Amino acid sequence: MSGIATTGPSRNRWLTAAAWRSLFRDRPMIPLLALLLVLVIVSDIVRPGVVGTEWVGIMLRAAVPLAILAACQTLTMLTGGIDLSVGAVASMAGFVVISLVLSIGLPAAIVVALICALIAGLVNGIGVGVFKVHPLIMTLGMSLVVLGAANFWQIQTVQTSSGVPPAIRTLGSDVFAEVLPYSLIVFIPLAIVILVGLRRTGYGRLLYAVGDNPVAARLSGARSWQVLVVLYIISALLAAIAGFLYAGYTNVASVSLVDSAVLPSVAAAVIGGTSIMGGRGGFGGTIVGVLILTVISSLLTSLGYPEAVRQVLFGAIIVAVAAAYTRVTDQT
Amino acid sequence: MSATAAPVGAVRARPADALASWLRRNSWMLGLVVLLAALLVFTKFIQPRYGVTGVQGLAISVLPLALAAVAQAIVVMSGGIDLSIGSIMALVNVVGAVLMANQSEQFGVVAVLACLVLGLVLGAINGSLIVFTRVPDIVVTLAMSFVWAGCALLVIATPGGGSAKWLMELVSGSFGSEWVPKAAVALILVVAVVWLPVRRTRFGLSLYAIGSNRLAAFRSGVAVGRTRILAYMLMGFFAALAGLSVTASTGIGTPVPGPYTLMSVAAVVLGGVSLAGGRGGVFGPIVAVVILQIIRTDMTFLSIDSNLATVFQGVILIGVVMIGSLIQIRRGRA
Amino acid sequence: MTSIASTATGLLLEASGISKTYGAVVALKDASLAVRPGEVHALMGANGAGKSTLVKILTGAVRPDGGTIAVRGRERTVHSPAEARHGGLVSVYQEPALIPDLDIRSNLRLTETPIEPFRHWLAQLGLEGLDLSSMARHVPLASLRIVDLARALASEPDVLMLDEMTAALPANLTERVLEVVGRRRGGDSSVIFISHRLIEIAAVCDRATVLREGETVGVVDVTEGSEQQIVEHMLGEAASGIAARTGAAGAARARVADVKPRVAARSLASGARLHDASFELFAGEVLGVVALEGQGQDELFDVLAGSERPSGGELLVDGNAASFRHPADAIRAGLVYIAADRAEALLMQRSVRENIALPFITRLRAWGLIDAGEENRKVDTAIATLQIDTRAHGEVRRLSGGNQQKVTIARWVAGGVKTMLCFDPTRGIDIRTKSQIYVLLRDLAEAGAAVLLYTSELKEVQLVCDRAIVIFGGRVVAEIAAADADEPTLLRAAYNLRADVEMPEVVAAEAVATGTAADAAVAASIAAAATSAVGGPSSASAPPAGGDAPEDAP
Repeated sequence: MSGIATTGPSRNRWLTAAAWRSLFRDRPMIPLLALLLVLVIVSDIVRPGVVGTEWVGIMLRAAVPLAILAACQTLTMLTGGIDLSVGAVASMAGFVVISLVLSIGLPAAIVVALICALIAGLVNGIGVGVFKVHPLIMTLGMSLVVLGAANFWQIQTVQTSSGVPPAIRTLGSDVFAEVLPYSLIVFIPLAIVILVGLRRTGYGRLLYAVGDNPVAARLSGARSWQVLVVLYIISALLAAIAGFLYAGYTNVASVSLVDSAVLPSVAAAVIGGTSIMGGRGGFGGTIVGVLILTVISSLLTSLGYPEAVRQVLFGAIIVAVAAAYTRVTDQT
Repeated sequence: MSATAAPVGAVRARPADALASWLRRNSWMLGLVVLLAALLVFTKFIQPRYGVTGVQGLAISVLPLALAAVAQAIVVMSGGIDLSIGSIMALVNVVGAVLMANQSEQFGVVAVLACLVLGLVLGAINGSLIVFTRVPDIVVTLAMSFVWAGCALLVIATPGGGSAKWLMELVSGSFGSEWVPKAAVALILVVAVVWLPVRRTRFGLSLYAIGSNRLAAFRSGVAVGRTRILAYMLMGFFAALAGLSVTASTGIGTPVPGPYTLMSVAAVVLGGVSLAGGRGGVFGPIVAVVILQIIRTDMTFLSIDSNLATVFQGVILIGVVMIGSLIQIRRGRA
Repeated sequence: MTSIASTATGLLLEASGISKTYGAVVALKDASLAVRPGEVHALMGANGAGKSTLVKILTGAVRPDGGTIAVRGRERTVHSPAEARHGGLVSVYQEPALIPDLDIRSNLRLTETPIEPFRHWLAQLGLEGLDLSSMARHVPLASLRIVDLARALASEPDVLMLDEMTAALPANLTERVLEVVGRRRGGDSSVIFISHRLIEIAAVCDRATVLREGETVGVVDVTEGSEQQIVEHMLGEAASGIAARTGAAGAARARVADVKPRVAARSLASGARLHDASFELFAGEVLGVVALEGQGQDELFDVLAGSERPSGGELLVDGNAASFRHPADAIRAGLVYIAADRAEALLMQRSVRENIALPFITRLRAWGLIDAGEENRKVDTAIATLQIDTRAHGEVRRLSGGNQQKVTIARWVAGGVKTMLCFDPTRGIDIRTKSQIYVLLRDLAEAGAAVLLYTSELKEVQLVCDRAIVIFGGRVVAEIAAADADEPTLLRAAYNLRADVEMPEVVAAEAVATGTAADAAVAASIAAAATSAVGGPSSASAPPAGGDAPEDAP
């Protein structure tokens, strides 16, 4: 009776399918990395010689801000939530910095932007954690509020707004050592903190616990509202940082700059193996997911397909990958 | 709204009791109507010149969102959600505009019918993906919102196309009295002709059933998967109508989704449809849409920045949902 | 529906070799059932024996992994309840299959049930006054079950399956149901009747099929004195598998006068069911809690575990008044809770290690870096103590039921236990694990922990406990030393059998007519207890009615 419940494999075909399934379930990174490799090879075939150090630099530069946004989705999805306000919060943060940098200087402007993000995250967290509003509704509503407020702010400051400050521009779009974008200076420490945090801290474990089974977490003494309030604050702060990088990357000051990155950020997390139902996934997969999306994007661009095709493909990929994961993990 | 009269012989319900229970059952709806009336009075108060033109403009501007809200309400009542309504509207909008551009008025009829079929097909695709892949509806429809928006951009990259004249006249101007805008008549007509009969069928019952308690519905013999797909098809149909109404009121096709998805969710929540499914109707959301639009109008009259109006709408959405869940938490404790 | 079975067997319904597993849990191994036309056939078995799963398979709500089903001699596969309904197989489930947000009339339309026959059966069942336009969610639970039954009868089924039909009914309605069921004997159609109450089986059934651990272990003709046979089948070797504890520890515990109880409850009240529970739990003992289903024991454990706040009374922990607002408060006070439902306690997608270490990280100051060395040490010790099979440690949901339950216990053993609240911890797990858990609970008590053990298996009281309290109607009505707590005594106490006991039928009937679902349920359970008691407790050795988890997802 005790032990693992297994049914003996009878046919060879079944064995292979099962092997594939367990590969996907236990080591999703391997097929993901294989997919990434295939895409890189295809990129090189489509335009021979394009894959090189410079190309890597371009890919990384595009991937870093998206990876930070995708971190927001990964963390919130682990608890069974989602944060659709990251686009508005990121745009707002970038715009606030740009509009304030002349009057109060860059450090102060960044602090103000982070405080604004923190407030948005706090309200999200209270709504989801304390009032138990569905995260989707809560963060959608919050994105309306942030977007409207940012628009209003834009109209008020239309005269004083200047270009993107050089420091931000360098951070977002320049590279050092010919390949490595400066944005990695921000990203690598963040990524390490998130990766280690999810695995080796009590808080990280609690994110999984709350997402996997809120009742069990509660019965074990976890107060999920604390976890969620802190989570949505972290998510908003990460979004703000991504917003700074986007502003530097695109060299544009706009209150709707990052809107179009929200869905790819969800897509990256889903492709990376994080379950939207909570309790399963991690940031490592998400990073690979971001790279996959970035390479696909550039591949489509180099093939001359319009933005529209990219959108269609992204949507299709999300459904296909999510379906594959569901199929794999539903089997017990 | 269902089963209005007391059945013969089964009950000794007095009319007063029936009225009381009707009031209790529809208290949210009545509250909305009262709020709407108060807002209209308030509007007249701050802008004494608000009259026929105001009502006309209100009806036209409300039409697409009201239809989108009906579409969203249908899937939410069935226990689902669709985040691709805005994209479906955009796709239908541009397909209609492209088909009708420089074509005869008669061909416009064909184009409109084609658009409605397209809506059914898009809804069926959404629903089938949800049922067969078993991926959560939020993920599927969020992803499909990209797909449909991308398709819209593939149809035309920039705003363009045209609309049949009769279609545009269908929603502008008034019908009979100048106080009765055609857009409002069209809205009520469509809902009355399509939704009301549908909800009286066994499918209509099944739709509420799977939203209310999926297990009990399954055990009552409801084909849960098929009903879900049908609910999404009906959603697609109303989203297509909403998209066509955009074509009709603007005269062109715009391949970029408007804020309809988000606002339709807000309207559904405000309109008393439980996000958990099984409860509510389509009229609550319609009234909610009108209320949201009047608030916006009033803010313009009060010369408040339109962006602050957006903020205000977000606050209303969050506030209503928070209060709603607070009530639920309280009720759970009691 | 015109001809009686035309095949050689003459059976109306025949199922054989039915098997079904849910992940690691084996619900049915080799179940068979043969129903003759015109009989009322009882399906019996202890909690988790697989009765409900078998019914769900017969009505198409769940697909079997193997086995064959034949109706009137013709083999068929049933894919959905709708298909089963058309084929004449209709079931009334434990949870009424009525849509809460539709009125009764719409619910009838949903199943295409003709109204007039429905009214007829409703009247037969004693509910002619029901308003068909009332929302199902506003109808009391007991009435809903009657409506469900009337609806099933109105569709004139060949085989009607009643799953614990009488469990939530007050006495007067139970009588009507039994009458209606009894009248169906000798006709062309049959009834499959699931009940824990032997008195009802004896009253209406012709034959009984007994399931144990997912297997059919016997078919018995119901006659005078067949109860004993049924009970023997149901128990099987379960009783002999575990050696009775040498009684020394029980009564011999010297309780010095000045020792403070670890936990003391003074007139605790909560919700609609728990009214006045007073008892003391001392360090070093296992205190059993015995009660029929729904007597307030769930609420008592919720209060002690900090899930619910009491509405009255006082709780003392180590002599100090305690008021828990959250399970975290109870845990801090040393009260840890083991649920019967493992789905409530485990992170199914996470590893054994993370599940056991979960309580270590819940407090704010434990949110930082985890001390891996210390955690490993604690977790490994707990795994060793409980002998958890960790071959499938990656995801807890791939463990067997017994191992899963061990993980939920290991979680608290790893951190050191002061007071353990166990709510039926051995429900639905195999005998070896059961006895391991018994040993563990004893060891914990010997080491100075206080253990409160609610059990639906009365045998466990003498196997594990030092003494037992009995809850009835939301009150502690008896305290019995382990030495005296044999099954008849416990059952008698659980039914609160005393000479002056009143039949609360009037109360129960009123509750159904006017009251809320909760009130009705309370009254119903009281009345139900009274009805069963008529037959005498000696025959009813089945554990109190329990719910098999509804696991069939559409």
